[in-house]
Amino acid sequence: MPTVGFLFSKKEWLYLAILAALLLIVLPASVDIFRLNLIGKYLTYAFVALGLVLLWGNGGILSLGQGIFFGLGGYCMAMFLKLEASTPEATKIQSTPGIPDFMDWNQVTALPFWWQPFHSFTFTLLAIILVPSVFAFIIGAAMFKRRVGGVYFAIITQAVAAILTILIIGQQGYTGGVNGITDLRTLLGWDIRTDSAKLILYFINAGLLIGVLLLAQAVRMSKFGRLLIAMRDREDRVRFSGYDVSNFKIFIFCLAAAISAIGGAMFTLQVGFMSPSFVGIVPSIEMVIFAAVGGRLSLFGAIYGALLVNAAKTTFSESFPELWLFAMGGLFIAVVMAFPFGLAGVVKDYVEPFVARRLPVLLGRGRAPQPQAAQ
Amino acid sequence: MQPIGQTPKEFILSIDALTVSFDGFKAVNDLSLYVDENEIRVIIGPNGAGKTTVLDLICGRTKATSGSIKFEGRELTKMREHEIVHAGVGRKFQNPSIYEDLTVFENLELSFPRGRSVFGALAFRRDQEVIDRVEEVAEMIFLKDQLRTDAAILSHGQKQWLEIGMLLIQKPRLLMLDEPVAGMSVAERVKTADLLNTITKNQSVIVIEHDMKFVEDIAHRVTVLHQGKVLSEGTMDRVKHDPKVVEVYLGH
Repeated sequence: MPTVGFLFSKKEWLYLAILAALLLIVLPASVDIFRLNLIGKYLTYAFVALGLVLLWGNGGILSLGQGIFFGLGGYCMAMFLKLEASTPEATKIQSTPGIPDFMDWNQVTALPFWWQPFHSFTFTLLAIILVPSVFAFIIGAAMFKRRVGGVYFAIITQAVAAILTILIIGQQGYTGGVNGITDLRTLLGWDIRTDSAKLILYFINAGLLIGVLLLAQAVRMSKFGRLLIAMRDREDRVRFSGYDVSNFKIFIFCLAAAISAIGGAMFTLQVGFMSPSFVGIVPSIEMVIFAAVGGRLSLFGAIYGALLVNAAKTTFSESFPELWLFAMGGLFIAVVMAFPFGLAGVVKDYVEPFVARRLPVLLGRGRAPQPQAAQ
Repeated sequence: MQPIGQTPKEFILSIDALTVSFDGFKAVNDLSLYVDENEIRVIIGPNGAGKTTVLDLICGRTKATSGSIKFEGRELTKMREHEIVHAGVGRKFQNPSIYEDLTVFENLELSFPRGRSVFGALAFRRDQEVIDRVEEVAEMIFLKDQLRTDAAILSHGQKQWLEIGMLLIQKPRLLMLDEPVAGMSVAERVKTADLLNTITKNQSVIVIEHDMKFVEDIAHRVTVLHQGKVLSEGTMDRVKHDPKVVEVYLGH
């Protein structure tokens, strides 16, 4: 029978080691804290990309609204941090002290009831996972039970992303509106704006990302993972083999949502604010591009894709801000046309055979090959 | 032909007054059909007679407009597709419907009737029972040496066998095959007839087929459909000489 070893093949364990070394040793050792914080921000998008590999790459379900879940996770974290920053002492100049500043500006005079539980850190951690999961469950159940799929599902997720953005902007007394929730300071008394905090948060983020990668791989290696591929290819055959296909789709959509939400929460912690500009249609599509560039079938590819596209975005948009969106669109088209399996496909088709040919030479020098496109 | 004096209990499948209409067009029109335990029933008829639609209705892919389908006393028209599978009805599609991106082993394994819920699938372990059963079925469908092959590169006939194997591993009590030998070479046809003869012993089967030689080989009874209705029913010999059948179907 196909033998794969524990979770990964030997080759994939090597890739994991390379990734871990890059994220945990090479990058922290070679860039300053400002750049490292920026990389940490990119890596929060990698969570979304990992979810998309499961959902879109393996399951064939394209969601153009993953920003919804990234945003919900991020907002849950931001609400907790905002409440911690809004002590009566810190806000005593407000007409209602003890509530977030944007509420005061909008003539809100008491903390809304649904903000109350976010005083509790435990509740917040649970909410970061559960709020997006429940929301995904509702969307998923409404769509998949009615057999809505393909383009229609993609369009509906996009519409939901747009609606959520409009809702957040419109209800600015409760959500901070278009500016989002800003001026976040401490997490349980620990100042998250300092360089040392940013370094620690970077490592927490990278560690969580690798943890999620292992979790996603475990799902892929289970029978559930093979069923996802089977559903993508022959949904009817799966249904007529006795599986309730909609339940499987709902589950994977919820899982991808929960993973995205972890990224969103880590984004809030590292960047120090959350706003509707990370929820809507454009960021959601960008997240799909990260997964597509990295290779929608590859978990490793998703992480490298998120890193590379964001690094390119930062570099490029500093010099040509108005051209970036065109460049990104062009990149997406180019990848889909020329490299449907993204960077991971390029590595598999060109780099791996090359390394295999040169391996004896490399081994002669006593060095392991460096096969990933990490440059 | 008509089940006079018999209670529906004796049939494994009883279809009564089944009608399905698509925008006013009645693809199946007041159809009644009864299949005995361990009977091999072949459905023939010209194109558009409603043969595949009948299978779609039984397995829940199409919802009936009116009428009833009872399988071992349970009403199928009210059940969802996967529940009908759980009840013991297995269906092979006309074109080979297999998972091309997975291996032959994985194709069969996914059809093994265990771990069919979300968490069941997450917790599913490939134990010896699964491996033994997959190998046993692979042997029957002539694919024992191809277990690790990607299903995409199998020949057309092998894909048909694989899908039959995916049904066998579920141990259905009613097996429905839609043109199992279509597109096969002569050698593959002979092998498939052997395979069907083996697997259909002590098994209720409904087969749709055009190949008259093949039908004669396997059928216990034949039902001829025409314009969504039963035109004739009985042994192959009887049906073959029915003037109505000759006129609309065999005569052409």
